[in-house]
Amino acid sequence: MLRFIVQRLLQLIPILLGLFVLLFAWLRALPGGPAQAALGERATPEAIAQYNELFGLDEPLYVQYLRFLGRAVTLDFGNSTQYGRPVTEVFLERFPGTIELTLFAMIFAIGVGIPLGYFAARRHGSVFDSASVVGSLLGVAIPVFFLAYLLRLLFAVELGWLPGSGRQDVRIDATRITNFYVLDGLLTREWDAAFDAFLHLILPAIALGTIPLAIIVRITRASVLDVVNEDYVRTANAKGLAMATVRRRHIVRNALLPVSTTIGLQTGLLLSGAVLTETVFAFGGVGLALRDAITYRDFAVLQGFILLLAVVYVLVNLLVDISYGLLDPRVRVR
Amino acid sequence: MSAAGPLSGAPVLEVEELAVTFSRKGEAPVRAVDGVSFDVAPGETIGLVGESGCGKSVTSLAVMGLLPKRGVSVTGSVRFNGQELVGAGDSMLRRLRGADMAMVFQDPLSSLNPTVPIGTQVTEVLLEHREMDRKEASREAVVLLDKVGIPDPVRRLKEYPHQLSGGMRQRALIAMSLACSPRLLIADEPTTALDVTIQAQILELLKELVVDTGTALVMITHDLGVVAGLCDRVHVMYAGKIIESAERHELFARPRQPYTGGLLASVPRLDASRGTPLRPIRGSARDAIPWTQGCAFAPRCDNAQDDCLTEVSGEIVPLEYDGPGRELRCRHPLEYPQAPPGATALGAAR
Repeated sequence: MLRFIVQRLLQLIPILLGLFVLLFAWLRALPGGPAQAALGERATPEAIAQYNELFGLDEPLYVQYLRFLGRAVTLDFGNSTQYGRPVTEVFLERFPGTIELTLFAMIFAIGVGIPLGYFAARRHGSVFDSASVVGSLLGVAIPVFFLAYLLRLLFAVELGWLPGSGRQDVRIDATRITNFYVLDGLLTREWDAAFDAFLHLILPAIALGTIPLAIIVRITRASVLDVVNEDYVRTANAKGLAMATVRRRHIVRNALLPVSTTIGLQTGLLLSGAVLTETVFAFGGVGLALRDAITYRDFAVLQGFILLLAVVYVLVNLLVDISYGLLDPRVRVR
Repeated sequence: MSAAGPLSGAPVLEVEELAVTFSRKGEAPVRAVDGVSFDVAPGETIGLVGESGCGKSVTSLAVMGLLPKRGVSVTGSVRFNGQELVGAGDSMLRRLRGADMAMVFQDPLSSLNPTVPIGTQVTEVLLEHREMDRKEASREAVVLLDKVGIPDPVRRLKEYPHQLSGGMRQRALIAMSLACSPRLLIADEPTTALDVTIQAQILELLKELVVDTGTALVMITHDLGVVAGLCDRVHVMYAGKIIESAERHELFARPRQPYTGGLLASVPRLDASRGTPLRPIRGSARDAIPWTQGCAFAPRCDNAQDDCLTEVSGEIVPLEYDGPGRELRCRHPLEYPQAPPGATALGAAR
């Protein structure tokens, strides 16, 4: 087991090196530099040169590359040209927001998706089943930003039931410990702060969770339909077990195996930043930071964030593989 | 197998005119089982024999009430200890299944839940049908696994199906089916997925257990070797109907239905001289014609004549009395000019 984990972690190194070369080349190929973006179109050449010198952007590319690589090993990705602060610091501030959003989106997707998929399969061929199939197709097909705008327009702007932008009401002066706003509120017993942060999560979480929801419904439904016809379910029935036992132990347990993989992969995907959703709801997570970094040619933030997110993605996948082994004894790593 | 024959007593299972029809939207309904009748007495072993698709497995699933509800219609009568099962409620069937009537399936790997330890799969039957707590159930599970010849049962209980060999898995399934000492055991091709050496062990095990407990056994198989070693009575099925029934020795000595004869002739024999060709039945089960048009086997039969067709004879070929303990569905059966060797001995001077 330990060998397996170490092996997978070592695989990270070539992935990251390759990713970094691509990133570095791609970012430098973008038209306009960070100085231009920061100082505006009418900046004098002197100002630009000064700016570039300040951030080390005047040196040859290979020097920049090697220096970045050397620092990255110690998790130092340099300073952001936008905020003038270390990239790692900005990341630690932003990433909790994305984690929170992902968590709520997945709770929504799993909580609604698995029961929906399961009951659609139990009533296979019924109107409910057909509706769930069509609905989940729609869920995958609707562009996220469109759905996000609709939700915001209806529930935040028109009805005014829920907040439609930000992570917390700016008038609340909440104490920050972990930058997980809901968690911070609970830890400091600032209940209104926690509740307000929670309300801010609802609409973005629904918008972001819709695609995973649709995928989970489809996979659960297909998987249950598959498992119901398995020989071991017939065996369980032949043993005269109560229907509830047959369902719980023999149907649901096996049907959820492929669903758990999907959940893991989707979680990894959402964690790497929901640029569209965060933009619509001005939700201060990693996605919004990435968008801003592109706008302002903030190379340090882009490089640092994308590398860190790649690490997160690989780690989440590793977790998925390990947990799959726990759920399915056949693939358990010994 | 000693010629114990059926023990006295009322039959455990009485199947009468059982018919199973599968219907799918947009397709003609398929009659998989077409008026099958047979009895099984306590301690008796009967064989349902036939090629794939002849309806033997569907018969067994219908008896157990394990066929899906949708698109399947079951008619006729299945009485277990005098209790009618066709049309019986789900809760009553669940009470009987696993407790009084049990089943062993063909493919032990797919028939076991891959994500649940063997132990749980054994104890769940006990917990469901016998008043036991978890501790007693796992103690009993050890006894059961030991009884079916699984070495080191305490360790095996914690293992998963994929960690066991094919033979061990089938033994585990048998342990589960025997957990509540059922009065009827249906074994649906229990040895098909196993190595030949393991096959013999499993059959031996089933035989012992049945003899020990007086359980009635219905053996479903296409393998005449299994029949020869195990069954008291044999029912040969073809295209959903029983076409010949006889006591085992009788059937092997004097098969009357040309189909039965063909089955016996197609078994390779060690005592045949080298180079003797095997004699397969020509054609395949797919050549069967509907019974309403004539004998389903007629297209493949060497004895077939015009009156095997309903159009000529005016009626569906009936299953009729064919000597003591025998029934036959055939208009032109195989004939035996000389009495078989056993018969002359019986007829010798007293």
